Amino acid sequence: MSGFRLKAGGLVDRGKALRFSFDGKSLQGLAGDTLASALLASGERLVARSFKYHRPRGVMSAGLEEASALVTIGSGARATPNTLATTEELVDGLEAHSQHRWPSLQFDLGAVNQLFARLFSAGFYYKTFMGPGKSPRSWLFYEHFIRRAAGLGTASRAPDPDHYESCEAFCDVLIVGSGPAGLEAARVAADAGLDVILAERDFRLGGALPHETHPIEGEPPRAWIEQREKLLSAAPNVRVLRRTSAVGLYDHGVAGLAERLAPHAGARERFWIVRAKRIVIAAGAMERPLIFGGNDRPGVMLAGAMRAYANRWAVAAGSSVVIATNNDSAYVAACDLAGAGVSTMLLDCRDEVSGELANDCKTAGVELRLSRMPLHAFGRFGVRAVEIGTADGGGIETIRCDTLGMSGGWSPTQHLLSQRGVKPVWNDTLAAFLPGEAREPIRCAGAAAGIWRAEDCARSGRAAGAEAARALGSSAPAEEFPAPGGWETPIRAWSFGAIKGKAFIDLQNDVTLSDVRQACTEGYDAPELLKRYTTLGMATDQGRTAAVNALAVIADGRGKPLGEIGTTTFRPPFAPVSIGALAGVERDHHLLPTRRSPMHDALVGQGARMLETGLWLRPWFYPLGSETVDDAYLREMRLVREAVGICDVSTLGKIAVQGPDAGELLDRVYVNAFKSLGVGKARYGVMLRDDGIVMDDGTSWRIGEHEYFMTTTTANAGKVMAWLEDLLETRWPELRVAVTSVTDQWAGASVAGLQARALLQSLLTGVDLTNEALPFMGVREGRFEDVPCRIARISFSGELAYEVYVPADQGAALWRALLDGATARGGGSYGLEALGALRVEKGHVGGPELDGRATLEDLGLGRMASTRKPFIGSALRMRPDLQRKDRPQIVGLVPAMRGETFKGGSILCEAGEESGHGLGWVTSVTESPSLGHWVGLGLLRGGLQAWEGRELIASDPIRGRSTRVRIVAPHFLDPEGARLHA
Amino acid sequence: MHITCPFCGERDHSEFTYGGDASIAYPALDAPVDAWIDAVYVRANPKGPHRERWQHSDGCRLWLIVERDTLTHEITRVEPARAAIAALLAEPSR
Repeated sequence: MSGFRLKAGGLVDRGKALRFSFDGKSLQGLAGDTLASALLASGERLVARSFKYHRPRGVMSAGLEEASALVTIGSGARATPNTLATTEELVDGLEAHSQHRWPSLQFDLGAVNQLFARLFSAGFYYKTFMGPGKSPRSWLFYEHFIRRAAGLGTASRAPDPDHYESCEAFCDVLIVGSGPAGLEAARVAADAGLDVILAERDFRLGGALPHETHPIEGEPPRAWIEQREKLLSAAPNVRVLRRTSAVGLYDHGVAGLAERLAPHAGARERFWIVRAKRIVIAAGAMERPLIFGGNDRPGVMLAGAMRAYANRWAVAAGSSVVIATNNDSAYVAACDLAGAGVSTMLLDCRDEVSGELANDCKTAGVELRLSRMPLHAFGRFGVRAVEIGTADGGGIETIRCDTLGMSGGWSPTQHLLSQRGVKPVWNDTLAAFLPGEAREPIRCAGAAAGIWRAEDCARSGRAAGAEAARALGSSAPAEEFPAPGGWETPIRAWSFGAIKGKAFIDLQNDVTLSDVRQACTEGYDAPELLKRYTTLGMATDQGRTAAVNALAVIADGRGKPLGEIGTTTFRPPFAPVSIGALAGVERDHHLLPTRRSPMHDALVGQGARMLETGLWLRPWFYPLGSETVDDAYLREMRLVREAVGICDVSTLGKIAVQGPDAGELLDRVYVNAFKSLGVGKARYGVMLRDDGIVMDDGTSWRIGEHEYFMTTTTANAGKVMAWLEDLLETRWPELRVAVTSVTDQWAGASVAGLQARALLQSLLTGVDLTNEALPFMGVREGRFEDVPCRIARISFSGELAYEVYVPADQGAALWRALLDGATARGGGSYGLEALGALRVEKGHVGGPELDGRATLEDLGLGRMASTRKPFIGSALRMRPDLQRKDRPQIVGLVPAMRGETFKGGSILCEAGEESGHGLGWVTSVTESPSLGHWVGLGLLRGGLQAWEGRELIASDPIRGRSTRVRIVAPHFLDPEGARLHA
Repeated sequence: MHITCPFCGERDHSEFTYGGDASIAYPALDAPVDAWIDAVYVRANPKGPHRERWQHSDGCRLWLIVERDTLTHEITRVEPARAAIAALLAEPSR
């Protein structure tokens, strides 16, 4: 028979029924249930199929250690796979689905894998698909099928419709867990006036105390909890967070908490980053399964979980129960079940126990069998019987039962401490890892410190709370930390001799006793190796119930004490956290700030199509009617070449470099000279990194004797600014220079084309723009509508061109005036696409060429480097390998057949040798309306010197095309610069 | 990890940008190539105390010298890289 709801008791609201569904079947639970308790109460025993063998599985725990009962909650975009039924709070209308089965949970074709179990043993993937003699393609081929056959639930591919929040908080002490230790630590710390955050994973406070029936400190457990809950919720210096898992501990007391918000709270989850001065880990302990054949069958359950279901949820897991144990803790479970009217037998592998425990059994009506352990459980879809015997295989008999409890001892929950690099210390007497010494102010209390009795847990909590108070300068009553332990008869852990059948160590990953033994035989007998070889301890449960049992098998195999085997290190997150919660509100367009130029509204108002470039939104092109980008950019290029074009260049980085040594600074960071630049002049400069590779380029304008106006590329604006600050503060503090970012202070436009001078002269006052007054590379100040502006005659497009800057708040006005004037002169605006195309025609290098690998020589800029002064990078750029003649160097490319096109990213190769990395690559291409064919730039081994006039193949294997191209000088248009100087 | 900026106070490390090993004395720009190779490429990569350059990039933008233990992330000392600023901040406030 299956589980059922007991007639009385429990912390469930019998007046409040909740409807839910499991695999489409309509069921009913009660308020206060978890999905698991409601499923058990409804008699649902089979809830999942296992990872590898598709074996039938049921609920095996009552908490976060659950390795079997993983389900998908919700459907459609909200489907959340791999959710633990044991921690999922039941709400009305909850929709749960079993996963990883086909066609149904009862009849799962994947279960044929069990027939091939011998094939799927430890290291199966490695042996079968990888290694010497195996084609590297074989894994690539089989991976798809294996991943389909083995696995967990499937995440929705639809965008997550829910909202998530993130939240930062500070506190004096963060307490993880609200069992007797956590509650008392919080109470004492709060009494001492500390700012306290208490985080509890469950929706109810008390940890394992609601599962208790024995009084604690003279009070019934529930009353004891309620008193403290009341005190804490009334205290203004305490924040109690329910449904909140501490998932990670980081440096300097930073903790990550994942809070599931109550149903219908608006947002679904909230991620807390808490900065705590001290941390108390009171996260309890997790019970270990016993190892015997069929210990994964539905109906086999941790003894403590059975007790939790009976006492907290008023659910009997079955009607005929056998509980097997190797320690004292299962006695209360057996007695409580018997007390609830369930026929109960208790097997204890130990030969004797205290008279008190034996008496308790007698009083409660539990049949106690000493020196007996389970060897093999039977019953495919649920336990029907268990074969028991002595540790050496004697006294074998078969007992009929429908539910089998097990207690293999308890493992203190120290994952958070392990994340901090604190190694646990094995205690052989308690058969448990106890907390190691932490260098940080982190203290374990309660069962997390290996303290088993509830009253001792409460005492350790008070001691931890008082310790925190004193450390932070408050006073608190003295309390001693109790010693770990608390059982009367020592635990007798692990005997493997007589086990029969398939005994699971890691239920979630289907790793059996024989897998672990085989791995050890093959030499994978260190914990970290075993994990990778067998997958033991991976996936959502991270070996919570498996890890220590696996160490015991290794220790047994190697004939060494368990404490010498070592452990694996637990990493965050301790409990699963949804990606949505980690992202919080930083998703979609909230992921990064959006930067808009001061001209943005004017551009958009005019119909610009905008493009995201880094953080900036920039005008891509300005479509007329139904123009595509290709139509538009060619038309915009013609406007520039034939009349006048205007372009928003406000996004360029702008840095005010001021002080008596401003020229000296620029001389050191640029490869070319700036100290000698006259006032009222601009110069194009290139700066290198320390290692001699090109970092950035741009023009700098000498505004006054002690002031330069430096411009950088849009992409590198922040980097160059930080670089100058770094140099001035850490390397050259003696230079009398201040650098200030003025990128956001100035709005700028480029005005390019034959009509540029006339257009600007009509708008600006106080400045003479004639060729004599403002020659190429000259800088002047003038006025636009009574506001001062800066004008430099510089050109990126190769036309007669100016850059004009006005204070940012005048940007939109300047743009509108320029646009009106340009339109009246037969010109107009041009966007990024045309800007890029114009510079390719002119052979200027840009982002695709400044790729962080190119030297000055590679870009054809070697002659810019001054020989009269050293500069950043001047030493290392001369390294022989950076000076080799066969490095990829800039070349111009034109199609050999003029009508053909070619693509950026193509590989340059000789005809017939179109493989491998080729001789170089195409960096930028454009159609050139002035020349009537396509042109491009590329980086080619040996450059022009080796290849000028010859033909190569521009091969584009991904798009399946190749074009013959001729190598030419990278200046396609007006190489003498007649237009510039017009 | 927290860094106490001498100008702004204790702040989360996410406001700062790491700038490299502060124990490197960069040579003069006209120093020989070997001196520059040492400065750019040769690092002690110590396990333990380490002097580092950090910029409070999302704060006051000061460049700082931070003494951090690479094993424990313990920060034992933070001061402005520029001695003149350190002296200024050390003055009693008026």
